[in-house]
Amino acid sequence: MKILVVDDEADVQPLFQQRFRKEIRNGDISFDFALSGEQALSYLEERHSEVVLILSDINMPGMSGLELLSRIRHDYNAPPPPVVMMITAYGDDENYQQAMQSGANDFLTKPLDFNLLKEKLKTLAE
Amino acid sequence: MYFFSYLAAFLLIKDVRKATKTTNLYLKWGNFINVSSWVIVALFLITKRYLGNGFDEIAGAAVLLGVVYYVQNEPDFAKLKPVISLHYPLIVITLVYGILQVFSKDGDVAWEEYIQFAVLAAFVWIFGRAATFKKQQKEVEQINEKNVELETMVAQRTAEITQQKEALEQTVQELKATQAQLIQQEKLASLGELTAGIAHEIQNPLNFVNNFSEVSMELIDEMNEELAKGDAEEAAAIAEDIKQNLEKIRHHGKRADGIVKGMLQHSRASTGQKEPADVNVLADEYLRLAYHGLRAKDKMFNAELITNLDAALPKVNIIPQDVGRVLLNLFTNAFYATMQKKKLSGNDYKPTVSVNTRKHEGEVVITVRDNGTGIPEDVKDKIMQPFFTTKPTGEGTGLGLSLSYDIIVKGHGGKINVDTAEGEFTEFTISLPL
Repeated sequence: MKILVVDDEADVQPLFQQRFRKEIRNGDISFDFALSGEQALSYLEERHSEVVLILSDINMPGMSGLELLSRIRHDYNAPPPPVVMMITAYGDDENYQQAMQSGANDFLTKPLDFNLLKEKLKTLAE
Repeated sequence: MYFFSYLAAFLLIKDVRKATKTTNLYLKWGNFINVSSWVIVALFLITKRYLGNGFDEIAGAAVLLGVVYYVQNEPDFAKLKPVISLHYPLIVITLVYGILQVFSKDGDVAWEEYIQFAVLAAFVWIFGRAATFKKQQKEVEQINEKNVELETMVAQRTAEITQQKEALEQTVQELKATQAQLIQQEKLASLGELTAGIAHEIQNPLNFVNNFSEVSMELIDEMNEELAKGDAEEAAAIAEDIKQNLEKIRHHGKRADGIVKGMLQHSRASTGQKEPADVNVLADEYLRLAYHGLRAKDKMFNAELITNLDAALPKVNIIPQDVGRVLLNLFTNAFYATMQKKKLSGNDYKPTVSVNTRKHEGEVVITVRDNGTGIPEDVKDKIMQPFFTTKPTGEGTGLGLSLSYDIIVKGHGGKINVDTAEGEFTEFTISLPL
């Protein structure tokens, strides 16, 4: 399962790689990273068919996660549509509503609960 | 002719009475004056009855001289002095007339008529001059009254002016206190704007600290498993990861530390102490704080932040808190301008705020630019004035740029300039001397 993680904080990358160390080693999951919405879009342009799940931060300089979400739903929604989970430090209702309306499948708040995320991925894989 | 001497003495006493009647002196002199009038009358009758042949004239002159002498030497009657001297001619002439009569033969009429005429003239002269004198005195009194009136008026006005001056001084004091309060409020307001940004900026590194330490604990378990299995190579790889994680924990811990220090520095009263500081660090830090501060208010807001910082920039001798406030203020304004434009232009508009630093001819130049609403030409000259704001009531104190101007120009001997095009961009340039 290919997962694209979009976050402007570069240190998110080793964190995911280490948290999913076993899964990566077993070949269950592989990660790709983008540091901005723009980078994510150019990545998707070439490899959108590979990506099953997109985890995106909402608050990023430049294109926000919500804009990215609308673009994905507009341009890359050919079935099977990718699962998109939004992540934000501001876990308030307004943000949540906005994300769900824009077509997010799930909404996670920072700090990320990796055990919860793993559970969600398990149900997704089944 | 001695009659005139007695009359003059009688009238002089009357004058004295008149002059003292309206004053406190009347209590002291009243009786004496009344008695002396009668004494004059009595002396006149005695003279008439018992004296003659010139001695009557001499007596009259002597009585008048006595009265004149007494009045002249009494300090209480000083006011009458100018009138008194008028009596001397009459005294002298009457005395001469008396002496001449004593030594002359009877019936020598020729000179007698002249002398009698002279006595009359001297008598009339007294009262003529006295009238003029009284008139003058009256005028002087009127002038004095006016003077007193004027002095009262002047005193009144002076009192009014003094009162006004005191009221104004009081107002100035109050205004100074209000100004100090407003400056403090502006500081607190900017701190309030910072709080959300600070919370976000601290939360991020703390998340990493927590996440990396958690994952490191897991990695140690795994490493132990590998060691138990005897796979030293894998264990070493895990150990390398753990080391990297610890490095990351330290990095993010320091990041949070720096932010807290920056916040404390901002809220602390300025020490006014200049110290060599890295402008790049200040610019980067406050740009992020301002951005996150604004986003805490409007979560949908997004902007592109461009930092173009000259890595070779020398340290500048500045008061870091103060310059930090200026930067925060410029960034907050820049974001506000792009937010306003976003409301007008919709989704195609990409808000961009950039900060540039460079060294130029002995100065460090910081440029803060936004592609927001710009500043209208008619407003441009007023933006540095205290209390001028285009923001709705309650949103801006109108002190931000005015304080920034004071800090840069007065506090650091630098320059602050603005270049703008309405609807296009605004660019503030700060130059700090090295």
